[in-house]
Amino acid sequence: MRRAELEERGYVVTPGFIDLHAHLREPGFEDSETIASGARAALRGGFTTICAMPNTEPAIDSPGLIAEIIARANAAKGARVLPIATITRGRAGRELSDLNELSGAGAVAFSDDGSPVDDARLFRHALEYARTRDLLVIEHAQDTTLSGKGVMHEGAVSARLGLPGVPSAAEEAAVSRDIAIADMTGARLHLTHVSTRGAIASIREAKARGIRVTCDVTPHHLAMTDGWVGGSREFAWEPPAPSGRAVPYDSSTKVNPPLRSLSDVRALWDGLVDGTVDAIATDHAPHSSVKKDVEFDQAAFGISGLETAIPLLLGGIVAGWAGRDAVIRALTAGPARVLGIRPHDDDWVAIDPDDEWTVTAESLVSMGKNTPLLGKTLRGRVVYAVVGGEVRYEGGLRGATTVGSR
Amino acid sequence: MRWSRRHVLDTDDWSKEEIEAVLDTTAAMVEVLSRPVRRAPPLRGRTVVLFFAESSTRTRVSFELAARTLSADVVNISASGSSVEKGESLYDTVRTLQALGGDVVVMRHSSSGAPYFVSERTDAAVINAGDGWHAHPTQGLLDAYTLRGALGDLAKKRIVIVGDVTHSRVARSDINTLVPLGATITLSGPPTLMPIAWRCGQAPAGTAYEPDLDRALEGADGVIALRLQKERQEGGLLPSLREYTRVWGLTEARVSRMRPGAPVMHPGPMNEGVEIDAAVAHGARSLVERQVTNGVAVRMALLYLLVGTPTLEAS
Repeated sequence: MRRAELEERGYVVTPGFIDLHAHLREPGFEDSETIASGARAALRGGFTTICAMPNTEPAIDSPGLIAEIIARANAAKGARVLPIATITRGRAGRELSDLNELSGAGAVAFSDDGSPVDDARLFRHALEYARTRDLLVIEHAQDTTLSGKGVMHEGAVSARLGLPGVPSAAEEAAVSRDIAIADMTGARLHLTHVSTRGAIASIREAKARGIRVTCDVTPHHLAMTDGWVGGSREFAWEPPAPSGRAVPYDSSTKVNPPLRSLSDVRALWDGLVDGTVDAIATDHAPHSSVKKDVEFDQAAFGISGLETAIPLLLGGIVAGWAGRDAVIRALTAGPARVLGIRPHDDDWVAIDPDDEWTVTAESLVSMGKNTPLLGKTLRGRVVYAVVGGEVRYEGGLRGATTVGSR
Repeated sequence: MRWSRRHVLDTDDWSKEEIEAVLDTTAAMVEVLSRPVRRAPPLRGRTVVLFFAESSTRTRVSFELAARTLSADVVNISASGSSVEKGESLYDTVRTLQALGGDVVVMRHSSSGAPYFVSERTDAAVINAGDGWHAHPTQGLLDAYTLRGALGDLAKKRIVIVGDVTHSRVARSDINTLVPLGATITLSGPPTLMPIAWRCGQAPAGTAYEPDLDRALEGADGVIALRLQKERQEGGLLPSLREYTRVWGLTEARVSRMRPGAPVMHPGPMNEGVEIDAAVAHGARSLVERQVTNGVAVRMALLYLLVGTPTLEAS
């Protein structure tokens, strides 16, 4: 089917989305996700290109592993998969990975995501070294001494639930450090999954000063607050409803950085509108039930996010928190610019903005069913995804039979 | 009032009427405990499983006594020597509890929220006997019962809770139980042991933070001292236990700032000489032992309300 035809039939047709941040878990954690299942889930979410984070087992720190990921991704015929390699060998935070060699093998960026590079001196050297070929470093900004054993945002909800908190300052302090180091080295730096009002303000100011820093935010941080840990299931733009609460301490709401306060959520949208936020990235973090069906403080951090990103963002658009163009830009041209790539003209997707569907474990093709949206009815669904001119996903076109994922 | 709760996980969403129903039932249980033969039949044929994944003697024994007094069969699954210690997952333990088929699971666990996890996965009624820093509903109820006994109606009474509030499930449950009954709470203690949100404008309804204990106690109607875990000092939260005692320890001089005869309580076990002086702990104002006695009655009341005879006859 042609783009024009789908547009005529009322679908929103856009360039394929680019996700700067997804965890595909392979190699090492294939009970949580594989490259193939993750790349298929991506298409369902409208992402025709996803960047795979290297916190696998083993961590992606050698050219051979990069080649292996590329080969498996090509065989999967889902979304395009761009591998990210570690900043430090084994993600251990002690010595630098072979950044140039890894870049030559196909790594599009470098990140120790899951953890920050705690050692500021080593982080400085990483940026200095990356600068020579203008390689992209993606940092998970978190002062781990401040976050400590925290399992959710530190605020009124954590106080009520008796859970150790991660203060906003844990992110804000790290972002300030990272910006200072980016400034002194002149390297470009991408801060991923920014979640706090203070971090957005620092990044806005750094950009105004000409520092080469970019950032992304996630759909879940744009849509949900820390109230979700306490059982709320209203989106940030909806009025709080005391009735119909979910059971508190649902480990599917446990994510790092944690779901923050409403004031933080507003600041992320404001950053999206004024261009402080360059991209929306899912931080898709699938986990097997073994890691999630446990006590809240024992559970793994992460939300399975590829397949629910678009309806969440549409909700914010409908509420008037950002225009559709700004959101689509943050899913397409924005991340392409961060990566320094040209989007493929023949990667595109079609969205039915009005289709309502209920999120269930069965409705997700990702192996990670860990989302607090289970049972929620969402509005808006990707119905068609084309990669390199080839239709790779088609599902639920109005007046057409569902072909399903291929 | 008709009792409709299936579990006792937290009292944070309980109405005043529900709390009063438990306290009134507790009074009836106190009467049972005063009989020459302390035995009543309402839980005959019922099985109460005591699942204590965190060591506790007092609370477990209190529940055991409560269940036996009401003629229930009691099964113990405690942390020491059990599979919990060998790394069995909570999920597996719940499956086992479910298969054993107890009517009530009384559980103590070090993870906040663990009783919700269990209640979602078993048919038994779950009573939270303390979860992490979150809640200890029976302690909140027994404190309310004890205070009501000493002060009468708690409306407009001001109770001071002093100590390590951040890590205290007792403090949270006391707040959630006493505030609906009309009391106001003054929280006191070092700022490092007080949730930042509660110090900065987001304190729970009916509570306020006053770091200066002398000012907090001035004219108060009662005080509850919390146990201070000695490891807080190592965590950098306190300069020293000595300094804590000087600033936030309950002394005779301090408690005399309260109204005449205003009671002193402590959930136990007490660190005498740290958060409370021995003279205060065992003095005329102390209700510490009465708290222990009332604890059995409160637990009987909850067991009775959850699975007592009326339900049995209906089946």
